Amino acid sequence: MNRWSISLAIAALALVAGLSTAGPRELLAGYEAAARQSAPAFAGFSAARGARFFGETHGGEWSCSTCHTLSPAAGGRHAKTGKSIAPLAPAANAERFSDAATTEKWFRRNCNDVLNRECTPQEKGDVLTWLLTVR
Amino acid sequence: MFPDTKRLYFDLTVWIGSLALAFGLLATDALAERTRVSADNPVWRAECGSCHVAYPPTLLSSPQWRAQMAALDRHFGTNAAVDAAAAAEIGAFLEANAGRDRGTVQAASGLPRITTSTWFVKEHRAVRPGDWTSNVVKSAANCGACHAGAERGDFDEHMVRIPR
Repeated sequence: MNRWSISLAIAALALVAGLSTAGPRELLAGYEAAARQSAPAFAGFSAARGARFFGETHGGEWSCSTCHTLSPAAGGRHAKTGKSIAPLAPAANAERFSDAATTEKWFRRNCNDVLNRECTPQEKGDVLTWLLTVR
Repeated sequence: MFPDTKRLYFDLTVWIGSLALAFGLLATDALAERTRVSADNPVWRAECGSCHVAYPPTLLSSPQWRAQMAALDRHFGTNAAVDAAAAAEIGAFLEANAGRDRGTVQAASGLPRITTSTWFVKEHRAVRPGDWTSNVVKSAANCGACHAGAERGDFDEHMVRIPR
């Protein structure tokens, strides 16, 4: 084994690891770009608005907090099946918002349960901004 | 230190590291073999085990799983649709490992529902009505509340502990 091939292998591993994880900050930047494009009046994300959105119902029976609770650094429980849900705040659970496809899948599914429609980039960005403040 | 000694230390570290990894992998595999009770598939586990326990494929028959998979967008009150690739893999896994028809009854939606089926009700006849609705259990869908091994497909009745 020579030193070069080892360094090369480590660099390749780091590259693969870097490509497969997005991270909440990168996702947030994506929502910001999408929000700017869909709403010219976009004036940034708000943690306070995100927290409010998370705790309120939006026409349906459930709010986000029905299952995820209002303290998303702690775990929640599925309102119907009772199955435990891992913490949603990235500070408490590094897996959260680390993969764009998974994040989008759950926003799509859960927004449909709570709002009967998909969430807007503004709504997703507000909620994620708030979740990033939760310790 | 002489370069030769350095080289020896490096080689030793690589060898010991590799052997430890190989041994770890073998041990994990052996352990999994011992505790695995039913068939497993990572896509099925991820998609069907998020909101409820990933119900073992043996609990429904092949045609019943096909009906279930065809109506994921109307799945007991929620839209649980998955992408086409995941649906194909999960459907194939469920049908390959499906059980016999146990006389599963249909929910109002027309979908087979495990928890109201005759065999399920009979197996759970010792459970008090209040147990199902207690705050810890919530619903018959919450297998893990009483069957600690539910996630592994272990429903051994001697291991049941009803939280009261």
